[in-house]
Amino acid sequence: MTNNLLRIKDLSVIYKTDLETVYAINGVSLSLNKGETLGLVGETGAGKTTLALSLLRLLPERTSKITCGEIMFKDKNILEMSAEEVRSIRGAQIAMIFQDPMTALNPVLTIGQQIGEAIELHSEDTNKEKIEKRVEEVLSLVGIEPVRKKDYPHQFSGGMKQRVVIAMALACEPDLIVADEPTTALDVTIQAQVLKMMRDLRDRLGTAMIMITHDLGIVAQICDNVAVMYAGNIVESGTAEDIFEGDEHHPYTIGLFNSIPDLENKTSRLKPIPGLMPDPTEIPIGCSFAPRCVHCMEICKTGKPTQYVNGSHSIVCNLFAEGGAK
Amino acid sequence: MNNQNTKPLLETKDLCKYFKVSRGMLHAVDNVNLKIFPGKTLGVVGESGCGKSTLGRTILRLLEPTSGEIIFEGKNIENYNKSMMKKTRQDMQMIFQDPYSSIDPRMTVEDIIAEYMIINRTYSNRGEIYKRVSQLMDTVGLAKRLKDAYPHELDGGRRQRIGVARALSLNPKFIVCDEPVSALDVSIQAQILNLLMDLQESLSLTYMFVTHNLSVVKHISDDIMVMYLGQCVERAPSDELFTNPMHPYTKALLSAIPVPKLSMRNKEIETIKGEVTSPINPKPGCRFAARCQFVCDVCREKSPRLVDYGNSHFAACFMIESMRNGNKVI
Repeated sequence: MTNNLLRIKDLSVIYKTDLETVYAINGVSLSLNKGETLGLVGETGAGKTTLALSLLRLLPERTSKITCGEIMFKDKNILEMSAEEVRSIRGAQIAMIFQDPMTALNPVLTIGQQIGEAIELHSEDTNKEKIEKRVEEVLSLVGIEPVRKKDYPHQFSGGMKQRVVIAMALACEPDLIVADEPTTALDVTIQAQVLKMMRDLRDRLGTAMIMITHDLGIVAQICDNVAVMYAGNIVESGTAEDIFEGDEHHPYTIGLFNSIPDLENKTSRLKPIPGLMPDPTEIPIGCSFAPRCVHCMEICKTGKPTQYVNGSHSIVCNLFAEGGAK
Repeated sequence: MNNQNTKPLLETKDLCKYFKVSRGMLHAVDNVNLKIFPGKTLGVVGESGCGKSTLGRTILRLLEPTSGEIIFEGKNIENYNKSMMKKTRQDMQMIFQDPYSSIDPRMTVEDIIAEYMIINRTYSNRGEIYKRVSQLMDTVGLAKRLKDAYPHELDGGRRQRIGVARALSLNPKFIVCDEPVSALDVSIQAQILNLLMDLQESLSLTYMFVTHNLSVVKHISDDIMVMYLGQCVERAPSDELFTNPMHPYTKALLSAIPVPKLSMRNKEIETIKGEVTSPINPKPGCRFAARCQFVCDVCREKSPRLVDYGNSHFAACFMIESMRNGNKVI
């Protein structure tokens, strides 16, 4: 238990407006140990980003509501903390790397000021020189020359801006970094540079990381554990070996893999998953994947599917239930 | 290669497109030569800002070329006037990158698809146009009940299907697909790619497929052209390019793709150091020189030309040239 850093239990989040209620996350449980990297995979609208935001209590106040569940970070429930307590954790112990480096930075402050801000807020020692020194340290850590700290965001290219955002996240040496699609806005060659750097930093500093992405290639390269999300649920989770080399899979995971054009084999047609993700305002009563699933059975339409666990590998699907038609 | 006797549907000769900016001339497309044969797909790949989209637009003359020739069906089209171009464009269409901003939010699905036919007066009465619209919706897999829907009611995949239906409405021979799947999720992306490939087969279309996604381009293309800063650095049949990349940039690009397999986990990635140099008033010499690990003096002085290395494989690099000739420069 001492090794456990983060444990989410049965978390549900809704967005409520006058017109409709969106069920964004429906009972997600996961845990993360120190120094581990968890890949969170899923399509747009699966609830990946909502999950990340609820970890940091950054959900929009008026419309969103956490209906049940708990988020234990270092054995303290984040959801029960006061705003002040959360603020002391946010940035200092849990940091976030946002998806779009072009909009995550303030255009009218130099990058040095922006990185310094985080350090100033979270360290007791507010000695100006020390802060400046720390800014220079993190900048060289991510491969930017310290002299560039006086530059503004527009003077950097996309890849460099993403490095600045990563430097900001690293500035206070957090225990957990939540990276929300950190490389989607970048080209493959720059993406490879950024991923390599993140992997090096993780190995050096021992930071735990939640990597949100829809690119299974990135997951294969960097993650120890993988959780596949669909319509607000985790449908399959396990170690990277379980997901990439295991024999049993959730039908959605199989569909996801079949949708990627293979670089090694020449196939004439891809095998996409038919249909679309269910409207999050009307989640099906039974399994949320049932309407698109080729193995859908009667039982899938009426009740929530059962969880099948095999060691570290867990699949939420009736296909694997005892006496199921496996 | 099996098309040596047939004539290319589209050909460009030394096509250039420069933009005037305050610091000088921005060379977006520089001396691009390409040939696309009927019924084939040419994939154009490269990083963002390398001029892929500009090339697509210049070929359709949505942007006026600075110099060079565009030959479509054996005719030079770069000097066509407006009305001739309007006629020619019925045969060459475009599918745009972003299905969110490329369609008018205030028109219904039916009207969006009908618009091109109304403008071009393809049919004499509205009844026929709308009959054709409903046919097209069938072809691209849009349910009939959506004909009165507005774009905001639809998801990205369906919107992109509208874009495809609209491009098909004038029965074109050639379609420029400008990153048609980059805004879509993988499972929807696969649906659209299948649709495009089915349509190519049934309507014998010719595509120029612009994308930065290398696995997509391998899947859909017969030939691939790799662009770097406005220039074509390598061109080869799809399989040949992936099995035997020649240009150092292509090699780095291919090795940078994250492969969804655990066995590739510890593969050392050949990352390219540094970033793209400015395309404004580029100096003579190879534009990749600043990032190339094999760079030598000649690369900084002269621009390499595309050289044929057999198997329809072209590459522009002094390194390969000198190695082939046996007299090593380095």
